[in-house]
Amino acid sequence: MIQMKNVYKKYPNGIVALNGLNVEIEQGEFIYIVGPSGAGKSTFIKMMYREERPSSGQMFVDDIDIATLKNRKVPMLRRQIGVVFQDFKLLTKLNVYENVAFALEVIEEKPADIKKRVMEVLDLVGLKHKAKMFPTELSGGEQQRVSIARSIVNMPKVMIADEPTGNLDPETAWDIMNLFERINKAGTTVIMATHNQQIVNTRRHRVIAIEGGLIVRDVAGGDYGYEG
Amino acid sequence: MSAMWLEVTTAMKARTMVRHFRESFKSIGRNSWMTFASVSAVTVTLLLVGVFVLIMMNLNKVADDLENDVEMKVFISLGAEEEIVQNLESQISDMPGVESTDFSTKEEELTDLVLDLGEEFRLFEQSNPLFDVFYVKAVDPQQTEKVATDIAALENIQKVEYGEGKIQKLFDFLNAGRNVGLVLILALLFTAMFLISNTIRITIVARRREIEIMKLVGATNWFVRIPFILEGMWLGILGSIVPIGLVALLYSKVTEFAQPRLTGELFQLLEFTPFIYQVSALILMMGVFIGIWGSFMSIRKFLRV
Repeated sequence: MIQMKNVYKKYPNGIVALNGLNVEIEQGEFIYIVGPSGAGKSTFIKMMYREERPSSGQMFVDDIDIATLKNRKVPMLRRQIGVVFQDFKLLTKLNVYENVAFALEVIEEKPADIKKRVMEVLDLVGLKHKAKMFPTELSGGEQQRVSIARSIVNMPKVMIADEPTGNLDPETAWDIMNLFERINKAGTTVIMATHNQQIVNTRRHRVIAIEGGLIVRDVAGGDYGYEG
Repeated sequence: MSAMWLEVTTAMKARTMVRHFRESFKSIGRNSWMTFASVSAVTVTLLLVGVFVLIMMNLNKVADDLENDVEMKVFISLGAEEEIVQNLESQISDMPGVESTDFSTKEEELTDLVLDLGEEFRLFEQSNPLFDVFYVKAVDPQQTEKVATDIAALENIQKVEYGEGKIQKLFDFLNAGRNVGLVLILALLFTAMFLISNTIRITIVARRREIEIMKLVGATNWFVRIPFILEGMWLGILGSIVPIGLVALLYSKVTEFAQPRLTGELFQLLEFTPFIYQVSALILMMGVFIGIWGSFMSIRKFLRV
């Protein structure tokens, strides 16, 4: 479902973030992306939703070449991909319900469908009873669950999470992991960049380690592989 | 079979348009000071544009009215036979740029002279010192000078007279006025656009996070842009209200004052209607235009969607 062939990325400031990277990801996989800071993890992730474009090489999502995808078509790609960040990126002026509904409103879904779908995902992440609350009234874990709800409300094929547990205490991080695994069980590909050694070593999935812009290790059910 | 998603087209829905309108209104209220500043700039600009258009259009009208009165007097050499005169008449009529030719004998000329200057001039009836003449009008009054030169070059023509210089001066003055005014107005338009584009930029910065999320979840580029374009348009429209009102008031006073004093004169001002509707429409259109253009400048720079 996602293929990268010799993907090379050089930023305008001269930094080479990806140095001829090759990878193949199947629909329904759960993947950890690990590696030291500045190794190219974030660039790798950003390629997936076309925040960054490869300098050279090929990259396919659903057999569509993302490298040459027209800007006009990028929104269509993004509707297939849900993204979750370390800092949640919620709108503080909107309540929980509105934050999730926002994702469907801006892609012009029918209001009746929006309501139904938002309530479903809020139920899934366990926040139905807090739909009217504002992000500032929620704990970090709850805020992250709102952002996860927002990322999957459009039923994307792929979910990408960049350090989703980075700002959370260990207890809450496990809750979030449980949620990711449930979403993955439902058929969504989950790609998660993380520094959380404990999670990677406990919940075993395919581990891709990136260093110096290249994949140095790619093991199904592998461990974190770095000193915590 | 895969990648069906790429083919999804998104026609703008009515519901979406309502949302865009709401968003654009909200943000006008939110940036009230910048809104005020840019609306004021547009107001001043459009007011000047409006007054300038009033003046220029009326000067043009006056010039047109006067122009239509520009006539050449072509003096036929003494002793020219009737045949020659007829020949000349057809020659002049056939010249490019000549609209009409009227022949007047020296006797008719004298009658006119007597009518104009008094009975004493009847003395000349014994020995008429006047010439037979043609009264010639050019199709384009601005070409009068050229046509006059051409006619003067014909044989059996004594001389050609017309309001040399005066007409040309009027045209020169009009053209100069127009150019100075246009430069001034262009400068003002740019200032107003710049202020609008700054206002829109503030809106964009204030809504950075919202825009980021919109883009992340796959809103189309137009979906992101339209509220800002609408906001710019409102600023332009708001800025055109006062100028339209003031220009209409001003012109109604001017016509009220001038119309009775100009009856029977060679030139008239433009009628209040429909002229004032045209000027109002022009002011409104310019407001909308600079509003939209100003937001486009910001969007291009600050919103790489």
